[in-house]
Amino acid sequence: MALVEIKNLRKTFGKLEVIKDVSLTVEQGDIVAIIGRSGSGKSTLLRCINGLEDIQGGSITVGGRDVSAKMAGLKEYRQRVGIVFQQFNLFPHMNVLKNVTLAPILTGKIKKPQARKLAEDSLTTVGLLDKIEAWPEQLSGGQQQRVAIARCLAMKPELMLFDEVTSALDPELVGEVLKVMEDMARQGMTMILVTHEMNFARNVANKVVFMHHGRIWEQGHPDQMLGDPQTPELQAFISSSRT
Amino acid sequence: MLNFRPLWRYEDAFIEGILTTLELALIAGLAGLALGLVCALVLGRGNRAANLLIRSYIEIIRNTPPVLQIFIIFFVLPRIGLRFPPFEAAAVALTLYFGAFVTEIIRSGLDSIPKAQVEAGHCLGLAGWQVFAHVVLMPAMRNIYPSLTSQFILLLLGTSIASFISAEELFHTAAVVDSRTFRSFEVYALISGIYVLMVIAFRLLFFAIGRLAFRWPVAR
Repeated sequence: MALVEIKNLRKTFGKLEVIKDVSLTVEQGDIVAIIGRSGSGKSTLLRCINGLEDIQGGSITVGGRDVSAKMAGLKEYRQRVGIVFQQFNLFPHMNVLKNVTLAPILTGKIKKPQARKLAEDSLTTVGLLDKIEAWPEQLSGGQQQRVAIARCLAMKPELMLFDEVTSALDPELVGEVLKVMEDMARQGMTMILVTHEMNFARNVANKVVFMHHGRIWEQGHPDQMLGDPQTPELQAFISSSRT
Repeated sequence: MLNFRPLWRYEDAFIEGILTTLELALIAGLAGLALGLVCALVLGRGNRAANLLIRSYIEIIRNTPPVLQIFIIFFVLPRIGLRFPPFEAAAVALTLYFGAFVTEIIRSGLDSIPKAQVEAGHCLGLAGWQVFAHVVLMPAMRNIYPSLTSQFILLLLGTSIASFISAEELFHTAAVVDSRTFRSFEVYALISGIYVLMVIAFRLLFFAIGRLAFRWPVAR
């Protein structure tokens, strides 16, 4: 059975329909890259998958459970699905160790004495073990984003969502974050990412989804999608993102 | 000529007055803080009836003289069977007074935390109260700490209006000593100095607490 099953999803903000009849299937181990212009509904789609937005039609099923912002057990669901945002959103008043271990401790996933070991493992994955005592404010954007990823990893999620995680970074810091994500992909993590990094989509994803005006305009294997786009909209998008 | 000597006989009375003033400020400060926190949290939940009630409370307190509030509690409430001794009446009045301002301050503090921080907490699977207690509270407190402590200093000085209903705090003591010694200048100069020292002491204390509690670096 597919890990994520989205059927005929509809999402509106007042009169504005931002997602129109979107259906998408994500299998265990898939790396799905969602591309498209700003305002095409890609971030909203991701937020719906994590129950951050209520939906007006259709259904989202993750691991066999119906997801909605109003669902009972949303809290437990979110403990199994990690999301990383564009703006990192680390907690400024906690050092890296506390940022990473807060949720596992509070949700009862781990006892306090084992928390440090867990944080060390997660931070090793993102290559920031030496920053375990640092404050978020003392880290570069790329480092903060890697801590945000480690914070999600510490919850041992079954699915990771990435919402334009490199868009707020200085160009020279993008690579270190993408590298971490590539490592995670190689270890079999199921990932859905909204991204503007076409090379990453081409090299790491096994499925690319192009959204346009709130719909999935085209989807398929990255080589085919980016090398031989079928619709004029995707052709235009790809040639504009090359420049 | 200045002559402070006649005041020495009243040393005990002044000390008693200082303690009563501190007691009033601390009781009203802590109770008002709790009241303000509860009101601010309820306001955030958006229940219309509750919001109307709290908004009315705040507007009434902020738009009437504190001395009138203390009079109402001491002289008017007994008419409906609520009788307080002077100290208790002053404590209640000052709590309500402080609580109204604290509600607004805490509300603004909670509003100052970016929504994305709250979302990040929820996305990690935390419960609503956990997000509040662990994610929102401390940064919000840091943002409002200067206004909160300034408001407390105003409360400390404001305890002097309790003298209107003969609660035996420092200002009341001064008036009594003045009427017995006719050394007005000396008496009021003395308590001016005492008030200033109390304010300085609290400011130093708040500074130290702030230093200990809010140690994380922030972007400038």
